[in-house]
Parts: sequence; structure tokens; C-alpha cells
Amino acid sequence: MTQTFVSHHVLEYPGGYTRSVGPVVGRFLTGLRDGTLLGVRLADGRVLVPPTEYDPATSEPVGDDWVELGPAGRVESWTWVAQPRDGKHHLGRPFAFALVRPDGADTAMLHVVDAGSEDAMSIGMRVAPRWRAERIGHVADIEAWVPLTDGEEPKPAPPRTNIPADEEEGDVTGLISPMRLEYHLTAGQATSRYLRGLGEGKIIGGRAENSDEVYAASRGTDPKTGEPTSVEVEVQDTGVITTFCIVNIPGLSPLAPEIPYASAQILLDGANNSFFGLIRGVEVDDIRMGMRVRAVWADELVADHTAIKWWEPTGEPDAPFEHYKDYL
Amino acid sequence: MAGQPVAVVGIGQTHHRAARKDVSMAGLVREAAVEALEDAGMTWADIDAVVLGKAPDMFEGVGMPELYLADALGAVGKPMLRVHTAGSVGGSTAIVAAKLVQSGVHERVLTVAYEKQSESNATWGLSVPMPFAPPLVAGAGGYFAPIIRAYIHRSGAPRHIGHLVAVKDRRAALRNPRAHLHLPDIDLATVEESFLLWDPLRYLDTCPSSDGAMAMVMGSESVARSAPNPVAWVHGMAMRSEPTMFARRDQVNPQAGKDCAADVFAQAGITDPRRDLDCAEVYVPFSWYEPMWLENLGFCAEGDGWKLTEAGATAPDGDIPWNPSGGVLSSNPIGASGMIRFGEAAQQVRGMAGDYQVPLTTGKALGHAYGGGSQFFAMWVVGAEPPA
Amino acid sequence: MRDVAVVSFAYSAVAKDDVHNEVELIGPVVREAMAASGLAKSEIGFTCSGSFDYLQGGPFAFVSGLDGVGAWPPIRESHVEMDGAWALYEAWIAIQTGEVDTALVYGFGKSSPGDLHEVMTVQYDPYYVLPLWPSMVDMAALQAQAYLAESGHTERDLAEIAAAAQRAGASNPKAVRAGNTTADDVLAQPVTHSPLRDADIAPITDGAAVLVLAADDVARRVSERPAWIRGIEHRIDAHGLGVRDLTRVASAEAAASAAKVGERPVEVAELHAQFSHEVLMLRDALGLADDVVVNPSGGPLAANGMMSAGLIRIGEVATRITSGEFSRGVAHATSGPCLQQNLVCVLEGE
Repeated sequence: MTQTFVSHHVLEYPGGYTRSVGPVVGRFLTGLRDGTLLGVRLADGRVLVPPTEYDPATSEPVGDDWVELGPAGRVESWTWVAQPRDGKHHLGRPFAFALVRPDGADTAMLHVVDAGSEDAMSIGMRVAPRWRAERIGHVADIEAWVPLTDGEEPKPAPPRTNIPADEEEGDVTGLISPMRLEYHLTAGQATSRYLRGLGEGKIIGGRAENSDEVYAASRGTDPKTGEPTSVEVEVQDTGVITTFCIVNIPGLSPLAPEIPYASAQILLDGANNSFFGLIRGVEVDDIRMGMRVRAVWADELVADHTAIKWWEPTGEPDAPFEHYKDYL
Repeated sequence: MAGQPVAVVGIGQTHHRAARKDVSMAGLVREAAVEALEDAGMTWADIDAVVLGKAPDMFEGVGMPELYLADALGAVGKPMLRVHTAGSVGGSTAIVAAKLVQSGVHERVLTVAYEKQSESNATWGLSVPMPFAPPLVAGAGGYFAPIIRAYIHRSGAPRHIGHLVAVKDRRAALRNPRAHLHLPDIDLATVEESFLLWDPLRYLDTCPSSDGAMAMVMGSESVARSAPNPVAWVHGMAMRSEPTMFARRDQVNPQAGKDCAADVFAQAGITDPRRDLDCAEVYVPFSWYEPMWLENLGFCAEGDGWKLTEAGATAPDGDIPWNPSGGVLSSNPIGASGMIRFGEAAQQVRGMAGDYQVPLTTGKALGHAYGGGSQFFAMWVVGAEPPA
Repeated sequence: MRDVAVVSFAYSAVAKDDVHNEVELIGPVVREAMAASGLAKSEIGFTCSGSFDYLQGGPFAFVSGLDGVGAWPPIRESHVEMDGAWALYEAWIAIQTGEVDTALVYGFGKSSPGDLHEVMTVQYDPYYVLPLWPSMVDMAALQAQAYLAESGHTERDLAEIAAAAQRAGASNPKAVRAGNTTADDVLAQPVTHSPLRDADIAPITDGAAVLVLAADDVARRVSERPAWIRGIEHRIDAHGLGVRDLTRVASAEAAASAAKVGERPVEVAELHAQFSHEVLMLRDALGLADDVVVNPSGGPLAANGMMSAGLIRIGEVATRITSGEFSRGVAHATSGPCLQQNLVCVLEGE
């Protein structure tokens, strides 16, 4: 078994998702910003919190009968988080996730309870919101729910400290949702063989035992049959431009050269599939379908896609259309 | 077509916009679904099952959004499916919903497809850089523009053909109040002067990025017979896939598209689609894909697609209008775009397409969707009359 | 309804596969299932798969997955962003239309590349819940706590379930967690997500599952004892935990009733229970008697390949029916937080 490459991968939309929330969720979030906890009364009289736009039982719109709840509530269930996650959990110390039913509500909301220790948690315990002073219309405007002792009154929300001075502030209409997930991804056998080849200045392809069609940069199977490309085949680092486009958009990739530049499909000598590559060393207006090109290797080879910097014309006569017409 | 008869008995769609900041994701899909139910004369309780489709979850950052959307789509206590077949998903989703009726399992099925692309950015969502994959240095257009160049080379098409499509579909959209783009002043010169993004593709040759949703209610024969509005009967439906990349793959005229069209036309008894259909709603995200798909779908011989476009055959007043709604070039909520094609074809044969209604003679229309690197296809033929 | 049967099944499961990409993960399992099916690739009428892009952290997982199948000449094909069990449902529907007689169904996914329990948070309400980042295990633990309080079951009852899964796993070469474990062994573990311990939580597993369906005479031709699908139904509950009765699984009850699980005695059940308490809840929801053999494979507590584990439940029951060990069984698959969505499939021998 070939040793395979593993790479760290971060999935993160830069800046976070920009969510528009619509009027119902917006009303609830506006309430949080104002330091109040709102529910909405459903057609059957039950009070729903947090309010979704549609009655979970009937799918009818929830209507406009808003009710101020709590602020105290009852823990319906809980679990303890011994190790908060950096960048995910907003409390930096151990806490509970809990389903809290605010007084006056018929449903529970998932939130966090800052109870100090797991031993302080129980089903049926009384809790009250601990509001942030800086509130933006977000579910974490309640920083956490905290245990209430017998007879203790919940504390009202402190005055909001981030009221804009000079502009009229409307209802909450959106929120930013950061989302960062990290992975360690495996290249797999075939791709690792290919990448290792690049590090040695070679283009490694493969074919299935029952086929003579060679795939440069195979992912492990002959895509037509699903059979493994178990036979390793070195293909040439020369080939023919089958087709191409000229890119005039700057900034599409950190690897992109200055515009205009050409991106081509290249049919490598000895392979039966086309291969994407940048074409340089020639004016873009002089690039042609059928032009013969060779790989320009990096000065220092590493086992990844940067090993081939780009492709440039060999100066040989163009290949006839007949040679590559079946590869378009 | 085997199995039980199926008809579209209700259709709804949103007003497609660059950003629908006034609604949540639930609110967006709901708008289309409610309109479809009203069209069908139904309430949530009438629906047996819900089928949801959309493109990659990463566009909105909600994984398996059918879970969150179950409440908004009236699916609680019912079967719910979530289809994802890349860009063809809107079409595939409609087909899966129709098969729930065709199989005899259900009588009334709600299907919805959507995309809320303004929550992130489609370019990012389509090309998240992945380790070990060849870097996408040229973006999405960098994938399709070389294929278009190959088409031009093979067919000998003049360079302005794509621009003709860009103008035709945007002008058609002026009659469709739901369309995202309304460009009243567009003409050939505007397109030719628009920015050259990926030579040979100019800015106005490409589709927009939209927020939007499409919904349909599929009904059984008895449901269709008692529907309050005209229905569109399904005469044929088919899906085909081939690998993304393989030796000697014809990327311009993919075999999967040819096979899919041959299958759906055989089911619907269509031997000459140009003659036997009143119109077609075809997934054309880049203008040049009109002539390419004219050939792939058998509306003309290979190499002749551009001649139909140039002659105006595919214009709203041509003999075989393509995309009288304005098409993907005018509205593109990616996950919904295929279902919009399917639904617009149905609206035409129902005679309910409003200002962009085409004249009906055969009473049949094609809905088409494709996805990925042109390796996934979904198509249906709908008709004003039930299949013979 | 046409008679449709499972005629072949194969799967892979390992704790961490860091030597194969997804294509290489799927390919061998497809070949194994096809070889055992008695059908040529050209005889497959429809292909359908289930996968989840967030497991690999990039869009279009299913696109390259298709390279493990060999989709040439072009095939009739579809994909659900759901467990492979729902891909099987779509394939079963395709066969019911009469257009095709056979189907290849697969589900695949690697759980190990990311932090699976955190990755699954992307499923939750994007406005109210996701911003707080409860993990998949946190959500399950909220249900477990509520269920124990309501039902009177104890942590020992959960430990008995967890230990039984590991003992059953000892006879399943694909189990990634197995051993001669007792409830006391489990109770000796610390509680990590109250009231759950590690053994109560399904292990991280990478793998793929492939299953071949055939109708009527085709099934009888290729299999001496096909496992016939006699009922297959699925239902979904409301999304929010706070609006559901977390102490029962209404959608599983409804699916089981519609699939007529209780019409005749059930001998064997494979439940897609990723947490110990879910075994108890699902036994109740499906109305399983005390003598039903539950999760003889060890179930997801022994091996839990994401997007294949539900499909594997159907395959595990089918295999035991085809072997003649049992004559009637039920398989279950789930999706979403706290068993939000549930599929129930009744399988029988002749």
C-alpha cells in the first residue's frame, strides 16, 4: 500500500454567512436586543418559544400574538460540556446545554446554563437569563441562564450599551453566522502516486488491467468501468492543447498570473484524458487549439500541484484536428 | 411511460432577486410552496409527502436543510426526501416527486427546490479549494469556456451566436415579472460591449446569481381530474449520468444528454422535437449552451444548432421557442433553476404562462436540467392532454 | 406493489481510513456487491446513492463517488443528501414505477477527517441553535437525560445496551468497537456527556455500503432466498427539540405503523441507534417484543459509517433472512438531531 498524503483543510466562508431572518425570527431577535424574551401564541393557545415562522404541528403561520415570557424558566433537560470549544462556544468555562422552558411558554428553547459545576444541574431547576449589556439581536444576547435560588428574583437586562447614537435603529433583519470546520483529508492511493511523481518531475498515470486507456492524475478507478487503475503508467510531460479560454478576470485564484492569461485542456502524450493547465510563454492571441506544449517544472520540485508551473509551446507543428477531435 | 399517470396540478415560485433580504430560508421556500398549494386548491393537510431539492449545502451553510425546513414545508409526520444531483437537481427533484405518484405510492406530493445564494457567494460555494485537487485557477467559466470554444470550432458557428441568445432570453424575461434580470435596453451591441470575462464568454453571456424557490404539486390521475386549474400531464421523464472525466469524453455533446433526450422523447411519442413540441425550457447558463443543447437534444443535426438560433427559430415568436420565461440567463437560484425549467414548461402547456405564453398547437413542452461538468441530465415532457 | 428484494449486500467499516480517497473507498465494495449479485453491470436499471458533503468539507462528494461505480455507457442515476437508506427508498420507488427491475444502491462517508460531532452541528436551526454550537452528542445527551427521567431507565440500562453491542460486535469482523464487555465495564467509564459515556456513543467509522435490489422474477433468478421488502416507510418530526416530546419517537412510531411492523411477529431488528438510549426508545417506537434479537451485528454502537449505517441495517437484516437464520425482520434508519427522521423497512423470506 502506497503511503498517502494527508492535508489540513479549513472550510470557512470568509466573514461568515449573511443570514436574513424574516419577520418572525427578526421580532424575537429584536426582543432579545431589547432585553425581553418573546414567545408567540399559536392558534391552539400554546405559546411557542423560540418562535419559528410556522406552527410545528399544523404548518400554519404563527400569527402576531406576541407574549413576553419569563424571564425565569425551568430546565427540562440538560447535559454538561466539560470542555468548551474555542471559537464555537461563547462561554470560556464548563457549562451545560439545556432545554429551558421560560415561564409562560409551552415549549423549551435550547440554550446554555452557567451553573459552575455539573452537580448544580438538575431537571426542574429554576434558571433566569443573564443578559449581556452589549446586545446585537442574537440568541447569545442572553449570555447564559443562571440558577435561581428559592425566592430569588431574576435580574432584568442591564441597559444596552451599544445603542447607535445618531441613527434610527430598525428591527433586526439578519445575522452573521461564522462557520469554521477543520479536516485532515487523505489524497488516497492513486492521487498520492501522482503527487509523488510530480515531486520527481514525472507525470504518473494509471490504467485498469482490462483497458489500455491511460488516465493522467487518476483518482483510483477507470471512471468508465469503476475498475481500479492498478497499472502505473508514466505519461509524457508534453501534449496538445485541445481547447482553452482566455481569462480576463483578476483575482480568481492566488495562483493566477496577471490577466489576460490562458487556461487550457491538454491531452498529454501517452494519456487518454485531458488535463487543465495554464499556458504561458506565448501571447494569448497566438494560442491555438492543436498547439504542442510542454510542462515547465518548478525549480524546486515538491510533491504537489505547484510542481508544474505552467505549460509553454514546444515550437513543433500543431497537431491535426483529427488527433484530438475525440477529446473535446 | 410506465406506471400510474401523473400531472402537475399546482405551481408556485418566488420573485427571484440577487438577494431576498426580506425572508429567511423557510420564508423563501414557503412563498413558492404556498402559491403551489393555492394553485392546486389544497391545504397542507392534503399533501402526502414532500421532496426537497437544492445544490450544495455549503451555499447557505445549512447541512441537510430538509431537517430544519420540515416544519415550514408541512412535512411533519410525513415522508420527506432531499435530492442533490448538482445543477440538474431541480429537475431530478421534480422527477423523484413525480415517481412517488407514478409508482402508485402517493396521490399528492409537494416538491420544492431553492437556493439562497446571497447567504454566501456562489463562486465560493462551487469552488471551495480542496487539498490534492488541481487548483481551479480560472473559476467556473474557466471550465465551460473552453468547451464553448470547442463547439465553435467544431460547428463553424459565427462568434455572435452566443450574444443573440443573451439578448433573446433577456428580452423574453421582460414579460416575466418573476425574473431576476430585467434589462429593457439590452441589444446585440450591449452584449458585445460587455466585459470579456472568459474569452469567448462575455459578461452578458453568463447567468446571474439569484435567491429564489420553485414549487410544484404532483397529483395522481384522480387528483388531476378534480383539480381547480388546468393541469400538465407528464408524458415522459428521464435521468442520465456519465462520469465527469473519462477517455474520449465528448464534452460538447455528451452521450448522457443524448441518451436522456432519446429516452424522454420515446416515452412521450415525440419523433421530431422541433415539430412535436410547442416550446422548451432548457438549462442554458451560458448563452452558447442554447445551440449546443439544440444539437444534443436532437432539435437539429449536429453542427446546425447555431443556425436555428440565428434564424430566430428559438425566439418567443419562432417555430420552437426556447426559454420564453427568460431562462437561466435571467434567473439562477442554482438549486431551483432546473425545477423552474420543469415548472415553466408545465405552465406553458397549462396555458398559464401569462405574458410569455406561447401559442399551443401540439400542447407539449420540454423541461430540461443539467449539472456538474455536463454529466448529469434530467428531463421531462409535459402535455395539456393526458398521455394516450 | 411489485415484490422487491435485497439480493446482494457488501460493506466496509474501519475506524479511520487514511489511505483511500472516497473513490477508492467505494470501488471495492461495489465490485464485491456486484460479484455477489449474479447480475451484470449492464443489467442494473437504476443507481442511487447517499452522501453528505460536510463529511469531506467540500461540495459534490457524490460526483467523484460515481467514479467508483463506472457510469459508462450513461446510467439512470440519482443521489440524495441523506443516508443510503433513503437512496434505497428512491430506488424502491423507481422499481415500483415498472420502468426498471433492478437497482444498485450505495451510501458512503468518512467520519474521521473532521470532528464529526461538531460537523453535524451544521444540521441545526441556523438562527437559534447553530450559533450556540451544540454537538451531535450534546443533542443526544439532552434526549437521553429527558428519556431516563421520564421512563425510569437508568444509566445501568444504557450500559447493558452498550456492552451488548460490543459483545455482538465481537462476532462481526467489521466492528470497530467490540469485546467481551460487561455493563460494569461500561459503568466504570467516566460520564462524558451526562448521562452518556464513551461506550454509549457510536464510534467514529469510515466506510461504504452497497446493496442490490431486484424485483419479482429477477430476484428469484439470482437468489435462492431473496430478502423481500414487505413494507418501507419513513416519516419526519418537527425540527426543534423544544417542541417535540423528546421521550418518544413519534415519526418512528408512525413509520413502523405504516410499514405494518406489528402485523406479524418480528424475529430480528437492526436499529440505527447511535446512542445507547436510542435502542430503548426505538424498541418502544417499533413495538418490538422482548424476544426480538436486536442489533446482532453490534449495530452502530459497534460500527457507524456515516451515510452508510442506515443502509447497512437493511443489509444486515437481509443477509440474515437470505441465510435462513430468520424469516422476518425489521431494519431502521435515522437522520437529524435526536431521531428527527426515521425510516422503517420490513423484510421477509419466502
